Amino acid sequence: MQKLTAQIKDAAKKLLEEKKVDLVIGFAEGSLPLRGTPFFARTSEEADKLTWSRGCENNLANYLRKREDKVAVVAKGCDVRSIVALIKENQINRDNLYIIGVPCNGMIDRKKVNAMLGGREVLAMEENGDTVVLKGKDFSETVNITDLLHSSCQDCRYGNPVVYDELMGELLPEKGEDDFADVKEFAAKSAAERRAYLAKEFSKCIRCYACRNACPMCYCEECFVDCSQPEWIGKSAANTEDNILFQVVRVFHSAGRCADCGACERACPMGINLRLLTRKMVNDVKELFNAETGVNMDDKAALATFTANDPEPFLVKE
Amino acid sequence: MIVSKKDIPNFLDKLISEYQVFAPVKEETYTLFKQICSGADAALDAGNTKLPAKEIFFPQSEKLFSYNVSEEGARLEAPVDDQKKVIFGVRPCDAKSLTLLDNVFNNDKYQDPYYLTRRNNTIMIGIGCNSPASTCFCTSVNGGPFDTKGLDLLLVDTGDAYVVEVVSDKGREIAEKAGFAAAADANKDAAAKVKQDAVVTCQVNIDGLKAKLDVNFYDSIWEKIHEKCLGCGACTYLCPTCHCFDIVDEATDCNGCRVRNWDSCAFPLFTLHGSGHNPRTSNKERYRNRIMHKFKYFVDNFNEIACVGCGRCIKNCPVNMDIRVVLEDIRGSEARLDS
Repeated sequence: MQKLTAQIKDAAKKLLEEKKVDLVIGFAEGSLPLRGTPFFARTSEEADKLTWSRGCENNLANYLRKREDKVAVVAKGCDVRSIVALIKENQINRDNLYIIGVPCNGMIDRKKVNAMLGGREVLAMEENGDTVVLKGKDFSETVNITDLLHSSCQDCRYGNPVVYDELMGELLPEKGEDDFADVKEFAAKSAAERRAYLAKEFSKCIRCYACRNACPMCYCEECFVDCSQPEWIGKSAANTEDNILFQVVRVFHSAGRCADCGACERACPMGINLRLLTRKMVNDVKELFNAETGVNMDDKAALATFTANDPEPFLVKE
Repeated sequence: MIVSKKDIPNFLDKLISEYQVFAPVKEETYTLFKQICSGADAALDAGNTKLPAKEIFFPQSEKLFSYNVSEEGARLEAPVDDQKKVIFGVRPCDAKSLTLLDNVFNNDKYQDPYYLTRRNNTIMIGIGCNSPASTCFCTSVNGGPFDTKGLDLLLVDTGDAYVVEVVSDKGREIAEKAGFAAAADANKDAAAKVKQDAVVTCQVNIDGLKAKLDVNFYDSIWEKIHEKCLGCGACTYLCPTCHCFDIVDEATDCNGCRVRNWDSCAFPLFTLHGSGHNPRTSNKERYRNRIMHKFKYFVDNFNEIACVGCGRCIKNCPVNMDIRVVLEDIRGSEARLDS
């Protein structure tokens, strides 16, 4: 990680000094243990604050839409998939974007850390190869990093950036196909069980819209939940059905556009299992149209094209 | 006075027969204030709740009145919740936040019957913080881990028992009715030691901050500060002092109700005028408003800072936007104080 940090700093400084870009968007060290925070570097001195760690969990594609300036972005696999999708939607001008690709093998989920520590506060986290040392007042525990990764990172098959102008470090070994076991397990439940589970999850929702705002693909000028004339949906968080409606519409709207980066679920302060819905959609798009979001520059967006070869198992065939 | 921890469920059960009792309840990975039916449901050792206690007084959605128009005329109902309540296990920061909200909902110009009725009918029993978290900075904003503002009773955790400090007459009444035993000198000493050992390590220097905010409305620093903010409402909705709201009518045909919902200055709809104009056009203006409201406007209006240092916004921001860092950046900025 230190090596990657040094490489990122060097690349960013060079780009800024040579005036190839006006701005480098990456991560700086945050204020919490092992937490990277989005950072905007416009000078070589500022670029010195850039870092890379297992806490650089945000999807920086979110900051790249409709920019006028020339920008370089420090992007891991999922960020790049979203970037590719946004380029196809004309939200990002590829000519003005420089991608500093970083192969990523997963980010640490602080909610999992907290659950593991059972209420004890972690004051420092130190990465040590495949393990991380969690330190707090009167304790120090060594844990396997794989047990602490975000679920989106555990499921991720695209840790390597699919497009980049410059690569930091080395590409990681490719992983096998996603089996969507979690989606299938949920789909196998009865309708009543599924309904009960969703009702439980979405009773937690406080309508802060962190999920929507953290999602690089959620960029409607006016979100349907904000519209008051007509009022498509109740504004009260007390109504679980409205909370579900909000999320279901959001997920449908991201059909063929969601890169399963998990930004929505990471952002949720209430710990709602949002990826259950997004992954169902990702799984459907894969099965129905054999499409994956943002895995290359050539494929057209799933819902923006038609091919006679779509699997389309929902059609009755002669 | 003193009460053994094992007697707390029993104490709460007695209260439940007379009051609606709210206490922190375990919800998977965090705790939330909920009305409890049994004293055993209270989870008291899990630090502060995910959401602050303000929701009990100022719900996220509150029906102000409902109406119905028929051939016989119009009927209007405006129910005000006047149930007697006890909030048990509230932390000093959250208790203090209510004294701040009192300024908003009970002042010379306006008294809010919904909020005030609940406030007047509620007894607040707090538990001091033996181990303030690294994100807590209550002592920097005129609070403290054993601060009694807004409380009727304060419990100090001494291991197997709570030493009970009476703060108000309402508190005395409830403590006497519960028959708490008198605390021995040894217990009092133990409580004093606990208080002494509970150190809030995080200090946020706010000296000179207000003077800066008085003059830096147009400062370029706001261009930079807001840049990573996603514009979601996580910080405002988790904040014990944020209190902006929006009023909407929810109606079908001749039946409807008027609902007051929490609003957030982070949202594009915040202060959007009927004309379509919004004086806060971008995230920059909105984030500036959040800081200004807490550390300038509220101070101008009520002579208090609208932040209690609970740290919820720090722990829950999706992009680690840390208010401590933001305040330090503003304080260190070069805004001219004489301009």
